[in-house]
Amino acid sequence: MSDSSLLLSALLIPLIGVVLILLTRSKSNLREAATLFSAALLIIIVYQLLQRVLDGAKPELTLFEIIPGLDVGFLLEPLGMLFACIASVLWLINSIYSIGYMRGNKETHQTRFYICFAIAIASTMGIALSANLLTLFIFYETLTLSTYPLVTHKGNDEAKRSGRIYLGILLTTSICLLLPAIIWTHSLTGTTEFTVGGILRDESNRTAIVTLFLLFAYGIGKAALMPVHKWLPAAMVAPTPVSALLHAVAVVKAGVFSIVKITTYIFSPTLLIELLDINLVLYIAGFTIIVASLIALKADNLKRRLAYSTISQLSYVVLATALLMPISMLGAALHILAHAFGKITLFFAAGSIYTATHKKKVSELNGIGYRMPITMAAFAIGSLSMIGVPPTAGFLSKWYILQGAFSIESWFAIGVIIISTLLNAGYFLPIVYAAFFKQPATESEKRFNEAPIPIVLALSFTAIMTLVLFIYPDFALRLLQPWVGGLS
Amino acid sequence: MPSTHLPLLQVVIPLLAAPICIILHEKTLTWLFTFLVTLTSFIIACLLFQHAAQDQVLTYAIGGWAAPWGIEYYLDRLTAFMLVIITGLATFIILAAKHSLETEIAADRAYLVYCAYLLNLTGLLGVLMTGDAFNIFVFIEIASLSSYALISISRDRRSLYAAFKYLILGTLGASFILIAIGLLYAVTGTLNILDLAERLPEVGNSGTVFTAMVFFTIGIGLKAAIFPLHLWLPDAYSYSPSIVSTFLAGTSTKVFIYVLIRFIFTLFGIELSLEQVGMNELLMLMSIGAILYGSFQAIKQDSIKRLLAFSSIAQIGYMILGISLATAAGLAAGLIHVFNHAIIKVSLFLCLANIIYYTNTDSIKQLAGIGRRMPLTMSLFTVAGLSLIGVPLTAGFISKWFLIKAAMANGYLAIVAVIVFSSILALVYIWKIIEVAYFHPETEAVLQQTEQRQTPWLMYLSLFLFIGACVYFGVQTHINVGMAEAVAADLFRLQP
Repeated sequence: MSDSSLLLSALLIPLIGVVLILLTRSKSNLREAATLFSAALLIIIVYQLLQRVLDGAKPELTLFEIIPGLDVGFLLEPLGMLFACIASVLWLINSIYSIGYMRGNKETHQTRFYICFAIAIASTMGIALSANLLTLFIFYETLTLSTYPLVTHKGNDEAKRSGRIYLGILLTTSICLLLPAIIWTHSLTGTTEFTVGGILRDESNRTAIVTLFLLFAYGIGKAALMPVHKWLPAAMVAPTPVSALLHAVAVVKAGVFSIVKITTYIFSPTLLIELLDINLVLYIAGFTIIVASLIALKADNLKRRLAYSTISQLSYVVLATALLMPISMLGAALHILAHAFGKITLFFAAGSIYTATHKKKVSELNGIGYRMPITMAAFAIGSLSMIGVPPTAGFLSKWYILQGAFSIESWFAIGVIIISTLLNAGYFLPIVYAAFFKQPATESEKRFNEAPIPIVLALSFTAIMTLVLFIYPDFALRLLQPWVGGLS
Repeated sequence: MPSTHLPLLQVVIPLLAAPICIILHEKTLTWLFTFLVTLTSFIIACLLFQHAAQDQVLTYAIGGWAAPWGIEYYLDRLTAFMLVIITGLATFIILAAKHSLETEIAADRAYLVYCAYLLNLTGLLGVLMTGDAFNIFVFIEIASLSSYALISISRDRRSLYAAFKYLILGTLGASFILIAIGLLYAVTGTLNILDLAERLPEVGNSGTVFTAMVFFTIGIGLKAAIFPLHLWLPDAYSYSPSIVSTFLAGTSTKVFIYVLIRFIFTLFGIELSLEQVGMNELLMLMSIGAILYGSFQAIKQDSIKRLLAFSSIAQIGYMILGISLATAAGLAAGLIHVFNHAIIKVSLFLCLANIIYYTNTDSIKQLAGIGRRMPLTMSLFTVAGLSLIGVPLTAGFISKWFLIKAAMANGYLAIVAVIVFSSILALVYIWKIIEVAYFHPETEAVLQQTEQRQTPWLMYLSLFLFIGACVYFGVQTHINVGMAEAVAADLFRLQP
C-alpha cells in the first residue's frame, strides 16, 4: 500500500469497526469479535507505518481544503507515530479487558459503549496524525464529544452531573482559549501547519508569542493543568475501561501530546527560551504536580487517588516540555509512553478488584494480595513505574526529565520532581504493603479468587510491557531520534 | 435574449402565482403549485447568481422608463448572493410544508398559507431586486402584511396577539423607514439608490440627512429585530405554525439586514455613515447586547421554538457585529453568517417541525426521552445544534472563524471574548435540549405516541437537504465565502 493510503486506513479502520459493531449488534460474541478484529487490523497498519517512519519516510495526506490555506490534512512524524502506537496497542488490550469487565459487571448499553470507544480511537488517530492545528482541533473536539456518552454510561444523576462537568470544562477551554489561539496563530503567520523548527519565529511578536504559549497550555484542557483539572476526577464515575481510555489510551494523552507537539512544531523552543522572562507554564505545572499529589495522598477512593495521580503525572509532561530543552522534551515523550502503560495497569487492577470484590476504597484492601496475587503484583509494578523506580519504564522518562532540568539548572523543576517522587511513594506503597502484608478481615478472603480471565490477561500484559519498556527502550529512542535532532 | 428579463421575472412570477393559489384551492394542488413556483424562482436566482459572479452589475428599467425617473431593478453580487439564499430556503422549506401544515392548521385554510407565503416571497425578492428606495418600502410592506397573516393563521389563539404585536411594531418600523426615505428625497430630489449615493456627498452631513439616518436605523432595527428592538420576534416565532416560523427565521430578518447593508454601504456611503456619523459604533453596541441578551434568554426558555427565537436574536447580533467592524473582512464575516445561519436555523426549525408533527408539543420538559423515540430526527438536531455552536466541519465553525479573525484584525480582543463566551452559552442551551432528549426517562406525551406515527418522507427530504448543507458548507466554502468576500470587496471598493 502507498504511504497515504496507509495513513487513511489508520483513520478509517476504527470507523469501519463502528459499522461492523452496528451490523453485529444483536449477537454479542460477534460484536466483540468485530471490535477485536478492527483493533488487531489497526495494529497491523500502524506497524506498517512505523516501519516506514523508521526508514525515514514522512507519509502525507491532504483530505480537503476548508478555507484557502487551511486544510484538513495528515502528516506522520515521529512524535505522532509514538502516540499512534500507544493508542492502537492499548485499544486492543483495553478491548479484551472491556469484554471481561462489561460482562462481569453486567453493564447495559454495551453496543453504544463499543461504538463510542471506536469513534474515540478514530479521533485519537486523527490527533496523532494531524498535519496542522485545524485538523488537531477538529479531532480534539470529536474526541471530547465521543467520550461523553462513555463518561455518562451509567445514566444516573451522578453520571449526568459529571458528564456536564466533563463536557463543560473541555469544550469551554477549547472554544474560549484554544480556538482563538489557533486563529491568532493563523493571523500572525498565515498558516497552521506543524513545521520542524516552528512557525512562530518572528521575534517582534514577543507579547503575542508569550500569551499564545499560555493560551495553548490552558486551551488544551485535556492536559489537566490546575485549575482546569476538575473534569478528570468527575469522569471517575464511568466504568473502569472508560477510565483506562481517558487516562492511558486517549484523552489525557491527547492533551499532553498536543502540548508537546505544539511546543515543538508551532513554537520554536529556542526562541521561546529567549522570550520567556518568567516561564509561567513551568511554575503552573510544578504547582499542579505537588498539589495533585497531596490530594491523592488523602483520597480513600482508589479510582480518585489514581485520578489525582494522573493529574500530577500529566504535569510532569508539561513541566518537561516547558523546560524547553531537547533532552527534557525527549523525557516528555517517553513519559507519555511510560505513563500510558503504567497507569492503564493500575486502572485495570482497580477494575479487577471492583469486578471480583466490589471494593472501591483503599482502606478495604487489607490482605487482598492473598486473594488476587496477579492483580496486585501488576498493581505493584504500575506503582513502581509511577514513582519512577527501576526496572520500570517510569524511571527512564524521569531520568531524561531530570537531566534536562539539571542542564539548565532549574532548581525549581528538580525540587518539584524530588518532592513529588516522595509523595508518589507515599500514596502508592501503602496500598501495595496493605495488600500483601496485612491480614484480610476473614479467612475466606484468603482463597485464590481472581477476576475473569480477560481482565487478568490484559493487566498482566500491560504490567509486563512496563518492565519491557525499561529493558528495551531502544525502539522508542530510535523513533524519536530525528524529532529530538530537529529541536536543537 | 430571454435572460434580459430575468430580474423582472424573479419578482413577478411569485406575485402572479399568489392569487392562483386561491383559485386552485385544493391543498395538495396548491402545495405542488407553490413548490413549482418557488423552484422556478430558485432557478432564476441561480442564473442571476452566475451572471453576477462574472460581471459587475445588471440593471433593468421597469417599463422601459430610464433610471432616475422610472423604477430600476439593480443586480450586483450582493443582491444575487441574497436572492439565492432566500429563494433556496423558500423552495426547500415548502417540501416539508404539506404534512407539517396538516397537523397545525385547519385543512381548509392551507391554500391561504401558500398564497401568503408566495406574497411574502414576492415582497422579500422585491426588496432585494429593486434599486429604488421608495420601492423598497413598498415591498417591505408587501412582505410584512403577508407575514402578519402567516403568523395569525395558526390554531394557537396566542398567535393572534403575536401577529398584532408584530403588526404594531412592524408598521412603526416601516413608517420610520418611510420617513427616512422622505427626508432623503427632500434634500436630494431623487429616490433611485445609485442616484442618491451620488448626490448625498454634495449635501454632506446635514441635519436632515442625520435625522434620516436615525429614523432609518431605528426602523430597520425594528424590522430586523436587532436588540433592543426585537420585542415582536419571540412571540411571532413561537406561536406561528412551524413552517411559518421556519420560513420567517430563515428569510425575513436576513432581508432587512440586506437593506441595512445596502443603505450603509451604497446609499449613504462609507464616508458618511461610518466615518462621519459612526453608525457602526451604535450597531456594535446593539449587537453585543443582542448576542449576550439573546443567549442568556435562550437558556431560560422551556419552549424550544422560543429558545430558537432568542438564539436567532443572538445570531442576528453576530451578523450586525460583522458589519459594525467596518472592514471588508468584517462585512464578509457578517455575510457568511447570514448565509450559514439561514441554513442552520432552518435545519433546527425543521427538526422541530418533525417533533411537533409527532408529539404536538415543543416543551423541553414534555419532550424528555424523545431521542429514543425519534433517533433520526434528534441526531440530525444534534448535528444542526453543533453547527449553531460552531463545531468544526459544520457551517457554524466557518462563520465563527471569519468573525473572530476579523475582530482580531481590528484588535478588538473584548469582541473576541464576547464571541467565544456566547458560543459557550449556545452550547448550554443546545445541550440542555440534547441531554433531556437522550438521558431523561420518556414522558407521557412522548410515550402516548407509541404506535409509530411515521414522519412523512417529504419532511425528512427537506430536513436532509438542509442538514447536508450545514455539513457541506462547513467543508467546502468556496461558493459562499468566495461570494461574500467578493461582495465585501465590491462594497468597499465602490468608495474612493
